[in-house]
Amino acid sequence: MPPNEERLRGLLLRGLAGDSSAYHAFLKELSGHLRAFLRKRLASLPEEVEDLVQESLLAVHNQRHTYDPRQPLTAWVLAVARYKLIDLLRRRSRTELLHDPLDEDNELLAASDSEAADARRDIAKLLQQLPDRFRLPIVYVKLEGLSVAEAARRIGISESAVKVGVHRGLKALASKVRSSS
Amino acid sequence: MKTEELIAALAAGGDVVDPGSAARRHAGAMAVAVLAALLMTLGLLGLQPALPSEALIPMFWVREAFCAALAAAGLLGAARLSRPGAPLGLAPAAIAAPLLILWALALGQLMVAAPQERLNLVLGQTARVCPFLIAMISIPLFVAIFRIMRSLAPTRLRLAGAAGGFAAGAMAALLYTLHCPELAAPFLGIWYLLGILMPTALGAVLGPRLLRW
Repeated sequence: MPPNEERLRGLLLRGLAGDSSAYHAFLKELSGHLRAFLRKRLASLPEEVEDLVQESLLAVHNQRHTYDPRQPLTAWVLAVARYKLIDLLRRRSRTELLHDPLDEDNELLAASDSEAADARRDIAKLLQQLPDRFRLPIVYVKLEGLSVAEAARRIGISESAVKVGVHRGLKALASKVRSSS
Repeated sequence: MKTEELIAALAAGGDVVDPGSAARRHAGAMAVAVLAALLMTLGLLGLQPALPSEALIPMFWVREAFCAALAAAGLLGAARLSRPGAPLGLAPAAIAAPLLILWALALGQLMVAAPQERLNLVLGQTARVCPFLIAMISIPLFVAIFRIMRSLAPTRLRLAGAAGGFAAGAMAALLYTLHCPELAAPFLGIWYLLGILMPTALGAVLGPRLLRW
């Protein structure tokens, strides 16, 4: 098991319990590992790497409730990243680009790459295409950093409707991201 | 949007993920689906009148245990396949074991039966309708299981869809025993299995389309 597994797992668990700075640190460190993993796998499609890093981060966030704390974090993250990679290659039907076998376990956390290239697809633009009931909660809570209560007052809906809007909105955004590539 | 900005946005808000709330929602959806399937069985097909006397025959309980074991194994497999990176563990063996035991029992029953009895052990009275009725009862269960799996994150979509369909079929078979007059192991090993395999095949077909994320 990679040495950073325990630390990353700790950050994620604190994040799931509501500690957003731990969760931020988790996503930031994870993005480096995802980038290194995907850059190696997408050697012949380098322009896709950053888009897929973003898509994978969004997937990790949207599916974080499926992480079972008894399970190794590496296995879970690797399965998500591999699913997103295969999904992209299948959409491109260019599976021959897949030189490396994808079954080497535990190596996702072994390498990291913090040099983000520019993403080609702009998630902010895709966000603008979402209906207001999804877009406004995401803009207020996630981008402008308002509390759920403030956002609820501003939009004129209940606090639980804001939470549901963020949750469903990020899923809708993920499927827009998926179909835009 | 830069990756840095996306990360900041995703981390903002600090919402708590409560694993218990999803489990409660799933249990509620399954309870509603079981109730709907039960009402279909009793309302459209009716309770088997001989049920109280049949309950004294050991083969009655073999049939119940067979269906219940397959349903539990199917649900276990579907649950494992709904989480990224979760090992399948004993789920395939748990599906195979009840089948192999029942088939062994079926062979035994056919061997000791008089030759003119054997066809009856295989076909019973209801072979023609049994698989279709099980498949019909599985519909609400299939819908509920797929809705739950869509809220999770299966990565092997065809296999996950098949496991979900299998679980729905096996649960439907268990409910169908309230109506079904057949107790012979050869009958169960063929026609019950066929009824379970119909939603399984449908799940394998629909999985890649409905379960992707």
